Amino acid sequence: MPTQTAKSSFLLLFRHPQDNPDPTPEEMEKIFGRWMDWMKGMNAKGVFAGANRLQDTGRLLRGPRGATLTDGPFAESKEVVGGYIIVKADNYAQAVEIARGCPGLDRGATVEIREVEPLPEI
Amino acid sequence: MEVLECRIVQAPDPNADVPRLVDHLFRREAGRLVAILTRHFGIEHLHLAEDVVQDALLKAMETWPFTGVPRNPSAWLLQTAKNRALDQARRGTLWRGKQQMLSPLVEDCLHAALTVPPPQFEDEIRDSQLRMMFVCCHPGLPAEAQVALVLKTLCGFGEGEIAAAFLSTEAAVTKRLVRARQYLREQQVAIELPSAAELAPRAGAVLQALYLLFNEGYKASQGDTLLRAGLCTEAIRLGGLLVLHPAGDRPETHALLALMHLDSARLPARVDDGGSLLLLAEQDRGKWDQAAVRRGLAHLEASGTGPAVTRYHLEAGIAACHCLAPSFEQTEWNQILALYDRLWKLDRSPVVALNRAVALAQLEGPAAGLRALEEIEGRAALENYHLFHAVAGQLRLDAGEPAAARDSFRRSLELAALPAERALLERRLAQCGG
Repeated sequence: MPTQTAKSSFLLLFRHPQDNPDPTPEEMEKIFGRWMDWMKGMNAKGVFAGANRLQDTGRLLRGPRGATLTDGPFAESKEVVGGYIIVKADNYAQAVEIARGCPGLDRGATVEIREVEPLPEI
Repeated sequence: MEVLECRIVQAPDPNADVPRLVDHLFRREAGRLVAILTRHFGIEHLHLAEDVVQDALLKAMETWPFTGVPRNPSAWLLQTAKNRALDQARRGTLWRGKQQMLSPLVEDCLHAALTVPPPQFEDEIRDSQLRMMFVCCHPGLPAEAQVALVLKTLCGFGEGEIAAAFLSTEAAVTKRLVRARQYLREQQVAIELPSAAELAPRAGAVLQALYLLFNEGYKASQGDTLLRAGLCTEAIRLGGLLVLHPAGDRPETHALLALMHLDSARLPARVDDGGSLLLLAEQDRGKWDQAAVRRGLAHLEASGTGPAVTRYHLEAGIAACHCLAPSFEQTEWNQILALYDRLWKLDRSPVVALNRAVALAQLEGPAAGLRALEEIEGRAALENYHLFHAVAGQLRLDAGEPAAARDSFRRSLELAALPAERALLERRLAQCGG
């Protein structure tokens, strides 16, 4: 169990494939249930520190002063960043264990785990 | 320092007063929403309604774990579906699922339809579903198409799930649905309740579809028993919807509901712990759902108010005899036999005759039952029916003819597909030393 004082923050970035076949309503219910269980579990353990789901829209800016603007990053990638969660953990091993519970993993999603740069103590 | 805590969204609080989601919420909502939206869009855009509802449910599945479940999940879903439709209309983009592009005129109608305020009352929602039921059970559609359409649009089942329930293929189900939608489009079927003149036959078609749906679920099954049980539940739910409205509150509807409640009351006792099917004589009657029996009997009483006696009345009567009997031995077999005699007059199917023979055997002994089997009109149709041979085997065993019984059970085993039934037959075979 991560300790209150020595906690780092880790960003969990979700990417899901664009071409997954649609689940049926009944399947959706199961998937939804698994997500809720995972979220509640994290909250109960006190490791949850915020989350956001991203919409299916986006813009991509490139070049000096944003010379190029395109609609979303989708054209180039088969996977889409769907959202992120921030968790508290002592180290990567713990963060990975938390991330393993992500239900998207069963459906071809990936979870990228990145440690957040902590605030300087000095 | 808290400023870098990126808490844009509150962490879901496990103790928060989150509305408890009802079972099968997604499936139920799918049915409700498609009914409401199809009423706005018209039957020609049924597939459209299905698409935007699917999108809304997907969005709910993906976002609610992050944002929390909304206070009013149904309203959220309806609004999201409408927004999706408006969005697509504005962009003039192809709808997912290869629909033709909407003409500007249709787009205007759509816009008008979508700015209608949401249904305020449960009555309105039920009303939409009722209308949808009459549309799906249009007499011009083949029976299997009616049932598939009901399951897809009203009950929120996926094509694969429908295929699994009917032991068909997903491709076949999809094709059936496409043809059905096309038919409704071409016929320009209106989404309204039938006129008084049309009511009886149209309601009859709905009842027939629900009866088919229930029986499909009721049959002993392998694999996805939960799915099969779901069919029974849906048939009962839709029947309950039908009976609430003056258009559907008829004695026949009550008779069908009686039948469905009484038969499903016995389901909990039907299979033993080993997964083997149990005969009525072997079932633990303590496991029968007495609340369902009571509901069934109430509907049975309500079904007696008209002059007509349909097959639903008779089958419900038979089911009631079984449900009311404290034990197999104490069953009123003479009443059951009388009911089968009347059912035979309505439906001269060999299966009815087969069931009648079983009842007869209880009253007059196995030899009489075997004679009745021999005399069944259209007996040839039963040659490949595993239950016919199972019944013959049982009667021969009871009549003290174990060798003949063995033959029958073996024949039955050759034909029986379902593990639960095979287990039962193998038990019987062992009993005859086979």
